[in-house]
Amino acid sequence: MNEPAAALSVRNLLVGFGAAAPVVRGVSFDIVPGECLAIVGESGSGKSVTARSLLGLAGANARVSADWLDLGGHSVLGLTEHAWQARRGRDVGLVLQDALVSLDPLRPIGREIADSLRLHTSLGAAARARRVLELLDAVGLPHPELQVQKLSGQLSGGERQRALIAAAIALNPPLLIADEPTTALDVTVQAQILALLEQITGGGTAVLLISHDLAVVSRIAHRVAVMHDGELVETGRTTQVLGSPEQEQTRRMVAAIPADKPRGTRLSEADTPNTPSLPSTRIDSSTEKTPDGTIVLEAIGLSKSFRRPDGTRQLAVDDVSFALRRGSTLGIVGESGSGKTTTARLLLALMAPDRGEVRVFGQPWTTATEKTRRGLRAGVGAIYQDALGSFDPRWSVAEILSDALGLGRQRRAPQTTARLTSLLDEVGLAATVLPRRPLELSGGQRQRVGIARALAGKPQLLICDEPVSSLDVTVQAQVLDLLDDVQRERGLSLIFISHDLGVVAHVSDQIAVMRAGRIVELGPAARVFAEPQHPYSVELLAAVPRLSV
Amino acid sequence: MFRVPVLQLLRRVLTRLAGAVFVLWMVASVTFFAVRLIPGDPAQAVLGGPGSQASPEALAAVNAQYGFDQPVIRQYFSQLGRLATGDLGRSYALNLDVGPLLLSQLGGTLLLAVVALALAWLLALALATWSTRSGRIASRVGSALEIVAAALPHFWLATSLIVVFSIWLGVLPPISTGGTLGLVLPVLTLAIPLAGFLGQIMRESLLRALESPFVLSARARGENERGVRWIHALRHASLPAISLSGWAFGSLISGAVVVETIFARPGLGRTLLNAVTLRDVPVVIGVVMIVAVAYILMTLLTDAVSRLVDPRLRLS
Amino acid sequence: MSDLEVQAELAAQAGQPDRSGISGRPRRFGVAETAAGVLALFLLTSAVMPQLLAPGDPLAIDPLSAFAPPSGAHGFGTDESGRDIYTRVVHGTQYSLVIGAAATAIGLGLGIVLGTLAGMLGRVVDFTVNRFLEVLFAFPGLLLALLFILIFGPGVATATIAVGLSTAPGYARIIRAQLISVRSAAFVEAATVLGRTRWQILLRHILPNTLAPLFVLATLGIGQAIVWAATLSYLGLGAEPPTAEWGAMLSAGRTYITSAWWMSFFPGLFIVLTAVTATVLGRSIDRRLRHVSVPGHA
Repeated sequence: MNEPAAALSVRNLLVGFGAAAPVVRGVSFDIVPGECLAIVGESGSGKSVTARSLLGLAGANARVSADWLDLGGHSVLGLTEHAWQARRGRDVGLVLQDALVSLDPLRPIGREIADSLRLHTSLGAAARARRVLELLDAVGLPHPELQVQKLSGQLSGGERQRALIAAAIALNPPLLIADEPTTALDVTVQAQILALLEQITGGGTAVLLISHDLAVVSRIAHRVAVMHDGELVETGRTTQVLGSPEQEQTRRMVAAIPADKPRGTRLSEADTPNTPSLPSTRIDSSTEKTPDGTIVLEAIGLSKSFRRPDGTRQLAVDDVSFALRRGSTLGIVGESGSGKTTTARLLLALMAPDRGEVRVFGQPWTTATEKTRRGLRAGVGAIYQDALGSFDPRWSVAEILSDALGLGRQRRAPQTTARLTSLLDEVGLAATVLPRRPLELSGGQRQRVGIARALAGKPQLLICDEPVSSLDVTVQAQVLDLLDDVQRERGLSLIFISHDLGVVAHVSDQIAVMRAGRIVELGPAARVFAEPQHPYSVELLAAVPRLSV
Repeated sequence: MFRVPVLQLLRRVLTRLAGAVFVLWMVASVTFFAVRLIPGDPAQAVLGGPGSQASPEALAAVNAQYGFDQPVIRQYFSQLGRLATGDLGRSYALNLDVGPLLLSQLGGTLLLAVVALALAWLLALALATWSTRSGRIASRVGSALEIVAAALPHFWLATSLIVVFSIWLGVLPPISTGGTLGLVLPVLTLAIPLAGFLGQIMRESLLRALESPFVLSARARGENERGVRWIHALRHASLPAISLSGWAFGSLISGAVVVETIFARPGLGRTLLNAVTLRDVPVVIGVVMIVAVAYILMTLLTDAVSRLVDPRLRLS
Repeated sequence: MSDLEVQAELAAQAGQPDRSGISGRPRRFGVAETAAGVLALFLLTSAVMPQLLAPGDPLAIDPLSAFAPPSGAHGFGTDESGRDIYTRVVHGTQYSLVIGAAATAIGLGLGIVLGTLAGMLGRVVDFTVNRFLEVLFAFPGLLLALLFILIFGPGVATATIAVGLSTAPGYARIIRAQLISVRSAAFVEAATVLGRTRWQILLRHILPNTLAPLFVLATLGIGQAIVWAATLSYLGLGAEPPTAEWGAMLSAGRTYITSAWWMSFFPGLFIVLTAVTATVLGRSIDRRLRHVSVPGHA
């Protein structure tokens, strides 16, 4: 069905590097003008390599072959580098993740955008400058004439992503490839960029969207192709693929999306090898969801400011108060710069607040000395976003955990091994990881070790700062399920901090929405998610990636 | 867009200037008190060392002339005062004023250092660009060349160059008394090891720049290899090498001690070595002060060039 | 920047994960590493048991065969007194290595003291030490060493100390930077959260992670120190002929450069080989430290 109308037609694409087995195998798809096709896969699935092969940019040592590879009706298989250069930018544009590094940080954005025009048209400098302003206007950057001279580092994340898109569509290429175009952005900005891409599609451009996030692409993609381990496992209309996924991998990815899933629903499949199967009776065990009213952690009027480079002070956390009851989860959600990470550090007493205090288990915490606090530290565990960075790089998993268990040097004693094994078992890891260093583990395994370390001291309270935000969605699902399990099992109270309202809503009993250092809304999760009161919460909620089926 | 408010610029310049003056003051102090540690009577040293059997009258005269009979703190301040007015004192061994003496030597050393720095940059740039575009073997060869070049001691490289080019081939003079031809071997001696260091830095940063997303973006716009390199990558690759040039200049001045001695070339380095051998304290202090000034100026210059190449530095 | 910081920076760059895509474990010993290993073994043997490699007497004169060019009998030729250059070069290894090691130890020792003071004792000390180091950096390269020799006179001991002194500011700055980065590392905070005391954190996390890279620094620094010490000897400020120290041998060969190039060439070649070996080994160790892995677990 090689319709002549296809903007891009690929059959049986194979990409390999050097002598190794191909990393992309038998990939076939078509995109017609005005259509948005999304290729969705987790890290290492081969989706970015696919995208780059379509531009002839897979790399010098890449072997690319296909039955056919037609761009705008012309075969581009075996094109010389010189011939590719004439096509890139003119016949196909590319938008990458995070324009801070995808636009040359040393050059004004206007120059970057004008480059496409300089390379492919005979426009003079003045005409190019005019066209750059038009383009910036078209991608919705306010006051283009003020922006052209700026460096990408001077723009906000959303602004520079718009500039990057402007550079890619400067020549109106019939095909636009967008590789994770919204990944580093806050959800509200993400929604705006997606709207822009949708508008570009509406203008008749074919858009190939590459993403790890099903929920994100479901907003604008007409069709979805799920990529797993170098192959397209399922392709079809978005509603069909997401509504009734046929393949195992697709089902797992759909199930893993936390938004709109009630608290306690499992996101990962129970028979996943790494997750210990849990006795079903646990659900109604006595500790489960019976907040007895005891307050385990309380923030009272917390404020913290930092000195900016120019000497003025910036209020990072502004009069924040909340209380966490035993056995419950308080989710704190906010975009970058909202003060949520500072809040986490204040809660962990890693820094002292300017005003206000934190009380833990009814005792003074931030106002106490570190010496007094040390006695209570065992009751407060922490899980970090960057699990790898939170481990001493010289230590093995065994050393990390036996240190956390307070066993010190008796690492080789049999009872030590037994305790380590049972701890690992609880977080769904085999004892084989014990001698390894965290560097050698996968992201999901590292976070499990991080959870095991936090649990080692038998804490009653866990403070989790973005614990899943750097993980693939199916791994995120497993880790969220694991946290849910240990919370039930141990009757833990959780502070769960995230930028992702979908995740927070799934795990929390109470939600605090933070913006610019303040809590703008605080209430029961179900209520905040269903009827947000504050306009910002409404905006945030509207932007949450969910399956719009 | 990048115009910095005048007041802010003035504040920056003043801060830097104050820092430079502070460093110079400390350099003067360190050297002043360090030479106090020299065992023996300084007046004896002026008169040709302990073996010279100088008469008490002569010693007294020297003590009065150089102020050795004053309290140390008084000597310190009067030395600072003289340095501030550019008076570097009088040489013990040569019975000449140090200031004019060193000034006459400065030109040769500066010429040597500046030409060597420029040549090192060219060599490094050529090696880095060649070895990053001609495949893996070229990259390995380039890397090996750089490591070996960086490990070459000046004195050995100089003698080897003399053996090959002056003795065997007879094309270049082994003595660098003047003229362009005489400059070739000394410049090569200083430039080759430095090119090894700069080349390594440049190649690594060039490779990193070539793999960065903004280069991918540029390629996706249809930019050709030359454009990718000249418009994007080389600019990034030159940044670390520029900030290294302050250090490079210092190491060139230090290398001039060896090179000027071997090629019998007049200059600060040879003067310094002679002064150290003869324990001619004022000359050593004079050279140290001049080198410190040159080093500070060079650091300020590399800073300015970095800001020129990297507009991000002009923002904060 | 100091020479040492440049070396360390280069090593750190070369130690970056492989650019070939997925960064795996460090590759097995490459050609350069193997060659450097063999050379290091040769140099160590020369230093410890020179008789094994060159059974002759490095000081034995034989006026009849003076100025013999390299040949079967004298692989590296002979000098003005007919001494065998190969024997002298092999026996000279111990001087150069000992001087290099001693100078590095002095520089590293001072650097550790200054760097730790600056990195651990709060802002005022840090500021003071930093200004002091900045002042020392205004004596680039060998200048500090020459100033030291001006005061204490020439000789092997002063030259060694002088080289050590000149390298100290570089070590100090690297150690300070390392300390500060380790101190603010996420795993140090994680240890605080686990309830560890300052001393426990210092001993179990901060010190080990600061000191491990010093091994690399010392390896890189030894090459540098040997070159500098040889330079001082060459200038007549360190070891003196007829000691079989490499720099001194070169200095002696300088007079006969027109007729007997081998007198200068071979001692210098050994200096270069030593410096290259130190660089390659230092970087190799650095790469391996960055990719710490346990054998048997892929």
